Order: sequence, then structure tokens, then C-alpha cells
Amino acid sequence: MFTVFWSVLHRDLLLAMRRRTDVLTTLFFFVIVVSLFPLGVGTERAVLRVLGPGVVWVAALLASMLALERLFAADYEDGTLEQLLLTDQPLVLLTLAKVTAHWLLTGLPLVLIAPLVGMQYHLTDSSVAVMMLSLLLGTPVLSLIGAIGAALTLGLRGGGILLALLILPLYIPVLVYGAGAVTVGAASLGEAQPYLTLLAAFLVAALALAPLACAAALRISIE
Amino acid sequence: MTKPWSRFAAPASFYPLAGRLIPVFWVLAAAFILIALYWGFFQTPDQLGGSNAQKDYYRIIFIHVGTAWMSMWLYAVLVAWAAVGLVFKTRLSFMMANAIAPTGAIFTFLALWTGAIWGRPSWGTYWDWDPRLTSELILFFLYIGYIALHSAIDDSRRADRAAALLAIVGLVMVPVIFWSINCPDPNQCAALHQRSGLGKVDGNILFAMLTMTLGLWMYSFATTLMRVRGIILTREAEAAWVQDLVRAQARGS
Repeated sequence: MFTVFWSVLHRDLLLAMRRRTDVLTTLFFFVIVVSLFPLGVGTERAVLRVLGPGVVWVAALLASMLALERLFAADYEDGTLEQLLLTDQPLVLLTLAKVTAHWLLTGLPLVLIAPLVGMQYHLTDSSVAVMMLSLLLGTPVLSLIGAIGAALTLGLRGGGILLALLILPLYIPVLVYGAGAVTVGAASLGEAQPYLTLLAAFLVAALALAPLACAAALRISIE
Repeated sequence: MTKPWSRFAAPASFYPLAGRLIPVFWVLAAAFILIALYWGFFQTPDQLGGSNAQKDYYRIIFIHVGTAWMSMWLYAVLVAWAAVGLVFKTRLSFMMANAIAPTGAIFTFLALWTGAIWGRPSWGTYWDWDPRLTSELILFFLYIGYIALHSAIDDSRRADRAAALLAIVGLVMVPVIFWSINCPDPNQCAALHQRSGLGKVDGNILFAMLTMTLGLWMYSFATTLMRVRGIILTREAEAAWVQDLVRAQARGS
């Protein structure tokens, strides 16, 4: 059973490595959005420190959402997805593998670039640490929930903008606690602990439930 | 499909039943709403509260509370129909879910709109990020998402099932979303702008509010059934009974 998981994961990562620009586009989208805000609201340190956590998290939401369109699209177009659905392997595991690969390619880079973004917003060291932790826990939730939307909008015209409409409201809890953690984390790491615990709880719940919904959505979209 | 309760699961037999029920619900809706309006305008106190009294403008509550309650209730009903449709594979259930969505979205919008009108004199602002307002706004987005997804898919079978799944996912997320908005700080919750309990409401106001809610509920039945009749006709346009119906109506007029 785990061989299935690994082989799908390996295949998706390999495919992405052959076309690296896709990964970099998401990352640079994130960096550009975050860099634009100081130009819009002014570069005063106090203001940036207040806005920073929210801006970074909203940018992470948008970046993760934009990348979702490609989660199933290529496999859907060349028929691979249909073949995956026809195998006697559990579809839940296949979707989980695809989402994991997707997160490694689009979510993890955001976590790693976070310190750089933190410097742009003059965040304190503990804030940056909390930001990395919260992104590490939160972005997989975004990928998992978003995968349901990606599966539902598979092959539709205007899929990207529709996906935003469906998925962004569902991202709110992660946004609230993710940004909240960074804000209170300015003083010390301990303050952010309840927020991070909640994010971890979301991650566990999403890991258990989202692949089921996503598999059901794929079956609805392809039949 | 021989059990009596499942007889009306067939669009062909539900269509005439809905046609007979619609006038009943319209009459009930009109009666309840008129009673509620009369009671709300003439049998309730002119102002509320002591030092900073709410004058006559508070009466918008009779529309506001009813639409807000119905907007939430209709989403639950929508999801129930969607779930029934996914489990029993009954086409009519999806059509019902589909017919409820616009009414629910309108109620959500009305609740926000009337709330803003009321908020201006009482809170001094049209909009405040009170958890209840924000939750209602998110509910509005959920309705819009459902309608948008359904109308973006041409194949009606896929549209029904995809939108149904989305609605169910939405309902699962609603408590989490509401909770996260209500308690942005996990250590202390309930940053509500003001608290309210039904027990503390003046009897006459409560009566008008509840009657109005009943009226709006009846109105929802009427509009949903009207809409579902339209959907049935569109979907079953090729079916023999629809053709017969069209021919019979053409002869009649």
C-alpha cells in the first residue's frame, strides 16, 4: 500500500523537477505580493510590523491557491488521472500522495523563504520562528482543503477564478490562527503555543478528512 | 420506489404536488408577514433601552433577525437535500438543494444589508468586524460558491453532485470558521459586540420577530417550490409528460 503512495509521490516530484519553473513561479508570486504591500501602505517600521503577519499569510493563501490549479490539471488532460482512478489501489492514498507532492513543491518553499520576508517587515526573531512554524503547520492544511476545490473544478472553463471563490472562505481558520500566531509570537515563542497547537489540530483533521472528500470529488468530476 | 414517501421523489409526480402547494404557502407567508408587520409597528414599544435609547429605527430588527435566522437554516436544509441526493441518488433532492440556494443567498444579503442600516445609528458605523457580521458574510460567500460551481458545470449530473459535495464540505467547515472568527485569540473567546438572549426580549417584540420568521419560512417554501418547478421543466424538457403538459396548456389558453 505504501509503495503506491511512494511511487505516486516520486513520480510527481520527478515530473516537477523536470519543469522547475512551475515551482519557482509560485515562490516568486509569494515574494512579489509580499514586496508590493510596503510600496502601497508606506514603509514605516511600526506599520509594517503590524501588517506583516497578515500580509504574509494572505500572500501564502493566494500562492497556495494559484498553484492548486495545476494539482490535477496535467494528469487530467493526458488521461493519467483516469488511469489512476481505474487502478484497484485506494484513491484516498493516491490523492494524499499527490497533495503531499504538491505541498513539497509549493508549500515548503514558502516556509523556507519566510525569514527573508520577515526581514522585509522588520519582524522580531521570535516572530520569524513562529512564522516558519505556523507556515509549516498551516500550508499543508491549505493544500489539503484546496485539493477538494481543485478536484471539483477539474476541466472547467474559468476554473482558477472559480476555485478562489470556493476555497478562500474555507481558508479562514488557518489564516486567523496563522497570522494570530505570528502577531503574538513577537514577544516570545511560548505565547504562540495555543495558536500552533490549533493549527496542528487542523492539520490532523484535514489529513484525516480532506483526502476522503477529495477522492469523492475526483470520482464526481471523472465518470 | 413503491413506498408511499418515495412516490413524490419522481419529478413527474412532484411537479403537480408542488403546483398545488405553492398558493397555500404564499397565503401563509402573506398572512404571517402582515401580522408580524402590524404587531411590530403598532404593538411594540417606541424605543428600547435607557440612557442611549434606540428609537423607532430598531424596528428593522423584525426583518433583520428573521432573514438572518432563515439564511442559516436554509443552508442546513440545502446541505440536507444535497446529502440525501448523494446518498439515495435522487435527482429531485439535488433540484431542491439547487432551488433553495438563491433564496438563502438573498436572505443572507438582506440580513447584512438591514444590519448595516441598523448599525449606522446604533453603533455609529455601517460595518464592524463583529463575529456575527463576519460569519454572515462568510455564509454569503458559501452560498455564492455553491451557485457559482453549479452554474459553471454544463453537465447537470456532475454539477448537482459536485455542488452537493461542496455544500457538505462547507457545512463541516462552518463551525470551525465561526469558531475561529469568534475566538481569534484561543485564550479568550466571544469578542461579540453585544450579547443577546431570547429570554430577555420583550414579549411583543419576540412575537413579531417569530411570526416574521415563520412568514419568511413560508415565503422560502413558496419560492423554492416555484423555482424547483422551473428546474424540473428545464431538466425534463424531453420527457413525455412535460410534452403532454405543454400541449395541454397550449390547448387551454
